[in-house]
Amino acid sequence: MNYLLDFLLLKDPNVRWVLISVLLMCSSSAIIGCFTFLRKRALVGDAISHAILPGICLSFMFTQSKNPFFLLIGAFVSGWIGLYVIDFITRNSKIKTDAALGLVLSVFYGFGILLLTTIQNAGSAAQSGLDKYLFGNAAAMMLSDIKIFGLFSLVLLAIVYYFYDAFKLVTFDRNFAEAKGFPVKRIESLISILTVFAIAIGIQAVGVVLMAALLITPAAAARYWTFDLKKMILLSAVFAMLAGLSGTFISYTLPKMPTGPWIVTVLSFLALFSILSGRKKGVWAKWRKRKFIEKKMLKENILKCMYHLGESSSNFYQLWSFAEMKDKRYLPSSQLRYGIKKLEKEGLVSVKGNAARLTEKGFEEGKRITRIHRLWEIYLTKHMQLPADHVHDDAEAIEHLITPALEKELEHQLEYPLIDPHDSPIPYKK
Amino acid sequence: MDAFWIILTGSLVATSCGLLGCFLLLRKMTMVGDAISHAVLPGIVIAYLFTGSRASFPMLVGAAIFGVITTLLIEFLSKLGKLQEDAAIGVSFTWLFSIGVILISLFAGQVDLDQECVLYGEIAYVPLETIILDSGIDLGPEAVWMLGGNFLLVLFVIYIGYKGLVVTSFDHILASSLGISTVFWHYLLMGMISLTTVFSFESVGAIMVVAFLIGPPAVAYLLTDHLPTMLLLAVLVGILSATSGYFLAVAINGSIAGAMATVIGFSFIIAFLFSPKHGIILKGNASFK
Repeated sequence: MNYLLDFLLLKDPNVRWVLISVLLMCSSSAIIGCFTFLRKRALVGDAISHAILPGICLSFMFTQSKNPFFLLIGAFVSGWIGLYVIDFITRNSKIKTDAALGLVLSVFYGFGILLLTTIQNAGSAAQSGLDKYLFGNAAAMMLSDIKIFGLFSLVLLAIVYYFYDAFKLVTFDRNFAEAKGFPVKRIESLISILTVFAIAIGIQAVGVVLMAALLITPAAAARYWTFDLKKMILLSAVFAMLAGLSGTFISYTLPKMPTGPWIVTVLSFLALFSILSGRKKGVWAKWRKRKFIEKKMLKENILKCMYHLGESSSNFYQLWSFAEMKDKRYLPSSQLRYGIKKLEKEGLVSVKGNAARLTEKGFEEGKRITRIHRLWEIYLTKHMQLPADHVHDDAEAIEHLITPALEKELEHQLEYPLIDPHDSPIPYKK
Repeated sequence: MDAFWIILTGSLVATSCGLLGCFLLLRKMTMVGDAISHAVLPGIVIAYLFTGSRASFPMLVGAAIFGVITTLLIEFLSKLGKLQEDAAIGVSFTWLFSIGVILISLFAGQVDLDQECVLYGEIAYVPLETIILDSGIDLGPEAVWMLGGNFLLVLFVIYIGYKGLVVTSFDHILASSLGISTVFWHYLLMGMISLTTVFSFESVGAIMVVAFLIGPPAVAYLLTDHLPTMLLLAVLVGILSATSGYFLAVAINGSIAGAMATVIGFSFIIAFLFSPKHGIILKGNASFK
């Protein structure tokens, strides 16, 4: 508990700086990641983050120092070359994108490992710690590193803020942007440059292999809660910072624990939670919506069935046994009982043992559905020239969907007909 | 003798990966192979925890299970969760890999594995761990035997299932109408890739599996349009890269796995430029004639 308090109050100045820079790195890659994600280039991020390794090593070999500024430049240049090579291969050969990605990823990375091990085996003292780039180690960052990386993150955020509208347009409707005379190619290049930069900065926190997660996972998680790009960006930044905070805290309390993998694991849990229960696209939300519609259809079908029974006996308030209802329109017993129970709760039918009768409200509802069904059948035969024996199934489906406004329009367009194509009367409201 | 064993190990990995990779490439699923090669890590660690040793049957089972879990997770995210497929792949493998790294740190005392080893292996140590019979006869490195077994298994599966693999790779609608299960061949291929990754990870690491899985088939793909030739070329390019990679690594004193991947990159550049049919230089000439 003390740990948590110490950590949250930022008593340790070291922790304070590490935390601030982790939060900046995580949020900046999450924000630029939203665009990468929406442009369906998620795995390009993975390839670039691997392609960065040789740049870091070469930059070290030339300067013989671990100056973060030079390393960042090296990382950026080789990431950019990797990106260019992927595009070049896919444009100029029959190799598909996935193979080009995998090729650049593994070859650049292998080359990076070759350089890294050569540097290590050469045994210069300055090289120790270079392998931190493989797995990231935010906790071991120097204050000078933190300042530079933090600064770059801020610049990145400022650029995204400034070009937000252009980025949005190019991401969602490239053709429109082109027609409008936007410099689409240049904007796309800018997005790519920022992505490479975000990756070059972010691998400090989580390392080469897991960098893709920092880019993709927050955006993927945020996507399930909103359709609004601004909210999505904000949410993905919040998710990333939450994960950054937990990851840093865990490796602060348990120094043996790696920061990067924890950040990614927390992020993935957030993503899984979002995918399951996200309000807009989540699996649970969609399942609930489907159940709701199924229930509505079941109830409406039972009411319609009871209305039809009433029509044939000319007594709409007659008590009908479940067996009679099933004869009119087959439903499994369990479903029929369930639907009747729900209808009774809503005051649309009254139940007596194994039988039920419509209430006034239920009668009106049954009438409404029957009316829509028959109006739709007329509409199809009249305006779509469908034969009368082909229209029933379509009307079965649409009767649950037509809103009162549409119903009025339908009545009006058909000029208030009296009978449907099967000679059944149209029951209008009194 | 050490050089021989190392080159043999690399060549065995190259052959198995090259054969499987051709089918992966034709199915446009190479990134799934990349994902699986990273995502088997938790399986390896868990199996290690239970058995306390590497190179054991449980480890294979553990990794194969996680290979299938990866595929299932990707399917779950993309089909049920409606996440776009590239993101589903990215989310799945990074998650599983980070769980693996966390497990390694958690049981650092009990597990003699480290993340660097998993990523780029230590093929240089292959000749050190040999199988010695009770009678004192040295049978050669353990890794060579295991990779040899894996190679035979891959060869067997491709020989037996050639028709199924080919049809489902090129035309899955035709496959369905012929009554060939696309799902079965899909999972078989993914299972074989998981197995190959596990057999190879200790000696060459995940990243070289990916390089051998994608590189030589891509080179072969540029050189020919005929599948049996492509399989043969992929194997040849793989073995050549493994051999020359070894000598490159010795020359500049670096990681052997990294050097092999680098050579694969070189051979791709050569094929990309000079392939008689698809190379960008000669392709241009042909159109002049």
